[in-house]
Amino acid sequence: MNRRKLIAKTPLHVTILVFAAIWIIPTLGLLITSFRDPTNIAGTGWWTVFPKLFSGGQYSLENYIGVLSGQSLGQSFLNSLIISVPATAISTFIASFAAFGFAWMRFNGRKVLFMLVVGLMVIPLQMTFIPVLPIYKKLQLAGTFPGIWLAHTAYGLPLTTYLVHNFMAGIPKDLFDSASIDGASPFMTFWRIVIPISVPALASVFIFQFLWIWNDLLVALIYLSARPNVAPLTLSIANLVTNRGQDWELLTAAAFVSMALPLVVFFSLQRYFVRGILAGSVKG
Amino acid sequence: MAEVTLENVTKRFGDFTAVKELTMEIEDGKFTVLVGPSGCGKTTTLRMVAGLEEITEGDIKIGERVVNRVPPKDRDIAMVFQNYALYPHMDVFNNMAFGLKLRKTPKAQIRERVHEAADLLGITDKLKSKPRELSGGQRQRVAVGRAIVRNPKVFLFDEPLSNLDAKLRVQMRTELEQLHHKLQTTTIYVTHDQVEAMTLGDRIAVMKDGVVQQYAPPQETYDHPNNQFVAGFIGSPAMNLLPAQAASENGRTVLSSAGFRIALPEARSKQTLPSSVVLGVRPEDLDGPAPDAEGTITLTVSVTEQLGHSLLVYGNLDETQIVASLDPHRRVEIDSTIHLTVNLDTLHVFDPESQETLL
Ligand SMILES: Nc1ncnc2c1ncn2[C@@H]1O[C@H](COP(=O)(O)OP(=O)(O)OP(=O)(O)O)[C@@H](O)[C@H]1O
Ligand SMILES: [Mg+2]
Repeated sequence: MNRRKLIAKTPLHVTILVFAAIWIIPTLGLLITSFRDPTNIAGTGWWTVFPKLFSGGQYSLENYIGVLSGQSLGQSFLNSLIISVPATAISTFIASFAAFGFAWMRFNGRKVLFMLVVGLMVIPLQMTFIPVLPIYKKLQLAGTFPGIWLAHTAYGLPLTTYLVHNFMAGIPKDLFDSASIDGASPFMTFWRIVIPISVPALASVFIFQFLWIWNDLLVALIYLSARPNVAPLTLSIANLVTNRGQDWELLTAAAFVSMALPLVVFFSLQRYFVRGILAGSVKG
Repeated sequence: MAEVTLENVTKRFGDFTAVKELTMEIEDGKFTVLVGPSGCGKTTTLRMVAGLEEITEGDIKIGERVVNRVPPKDRDIAMVFQNYALYPHMDVFNNMAFGLKLRKTPKAQIRERVHEAADLLGITDKLKSKPRELSGGQRQRVAVGRAIVRNPKVFLFDEPLSNLDAKLRVQMRTELEQLHHKLQTTTIYVTHDQVEAMTLGDRIAVMKDGVVQQYAPPQETYDHPNNQFVAGFIGSPAMNLLPAQAASENGRTVLSSAGFRIALPEARSKQTLPSSVVLGVRPEDLDGPAPDAEGTITLTVSVTEQLGHSLLVYGNLDETQIVASLDPHRRVEIDSTIHLTVNLDTLHVFDPESQETLL
């Protein structure tokens, strides 16, 4: 890269660095604090560990053990998993079928139905609580895992269907013609061709949906009625803030427990974000 | 293998007629080329034969069977698309095997057929590659391979060579020719390239605005075009079309205009022509031997192009540009005046109204 280019790009780099710093510095503070003694936390700031960053003795896992067992965040972590994974899987699964139908199958009322589904995105979630909750009570779904899976799936589907649809609609038509001459039924075309091609889109939708559900407090609060045995991390941490608001060591550790899984999910699915998976199929 | 018959096939998209009352019989094992300018309905015709497009009116038969309502997979055809349409996530082997797998062909047989086809096309070492790792020519071969492994009754090609560079196009063209010679499968081939049409086709159908203008062996479309459109479309450089007056003098038809006066031989003067006609002369028919007062066109040269095997000479006659293809060793200066001798046996005369061939 020549000098002029370097200079031209400097403002961009500076901006990126500033934004990264704004996010990373507090996160780092949180991380360091979560490993320190309560007395140290009260006495000195987290940045004071830097001069002797790697010397032992100043860190411990006490806080984590404390939140996971003492505050039963371990159970909440499990609950969060039990809620997020199936809810995400179900909505991605249904969305991929629906998106294929809307994008590539011919049936009456296709456009109207699709507009209806997309239109549902503008309805605020909160509006639905009042009519839906009584039904949940009647069906005894309130406070159960299937109940919250259903709720998250329903709330997530409009957006996920829309996103997956947009991707699938971009698949070249000739591939479908080719498949139909090869003798593939619509289901085979979907399963053997459309799904494999759509992996990057499905992966990103999966991540979005997963993060949204993992971080959700409102839907859990309403549909799980704050019952501790089914409460996800978000609910438990919210309770922790109310009950133990002074105990920073617990709050920071709890925050990191809740962040750990999204990070793992993100990094492990990141390789699916390869661009140009359609390369070579049809001429550019 | 089977013959393909189209009877009065019409395709309408809303109010727009893309293909109009097309009737055509393609003999078993023959190579038929659909050729015509962009938008004339070639692809639409092919897709109707494939079953990818519904037929508005008429019948399509493959063999003895009317296939109007038969889905593509049951027509026993294979199609090669203009842009290849390979499955991007499958390797070459699976791209070729996909159709066979869906038809529940035994595994051993699939392997055998795919390898046979790959051998024939010279892509055996690419069987494990994904389409994105292949060059344009290799992708094209995979697309053809995918068609031949199924051993279908009919091959359909939609401009399969149009994405290749000039040299590769010529190479693939000869390969397709050899392939057809070997397999003898009934083939319908769409192109807008008249050289491809001439070289590949047993018969070519020249289309314009959804109507077949002429369906004949290539040489016949060149020698005896049905109308002015076919005359202008087949042959390169295109036929010169010159407005002229026709009159009869001493039993010979005389065609004249400001720049020329051509008297036809008696043998070609039997027919009475309307007074105003269009004269059609191919560039290569302007290179007769000695100047002859009965059939010369006098031209002031504006541009010359040396092609090695011929010399193209351009000039204007009134408003019309004329191109002549001459002996490459002849010396022609720009701005000089030359006399072109018209081949009186091969010139054509068209009706300016109906565009039909009169002579
Ligand atoms: N699905 C469609 N809906 C409406 N009009 C269509 C449709 N498909 C094709 N047409 C029209 O029908 C006409 C013929 O199209 P077709 O694709 O058969 O042309 P073509 O001869 O293959 O041209 P090209 O050489 O450009 O490929 C065109 O005018 C096109 O706009
Ligand atoms: Mg076309």
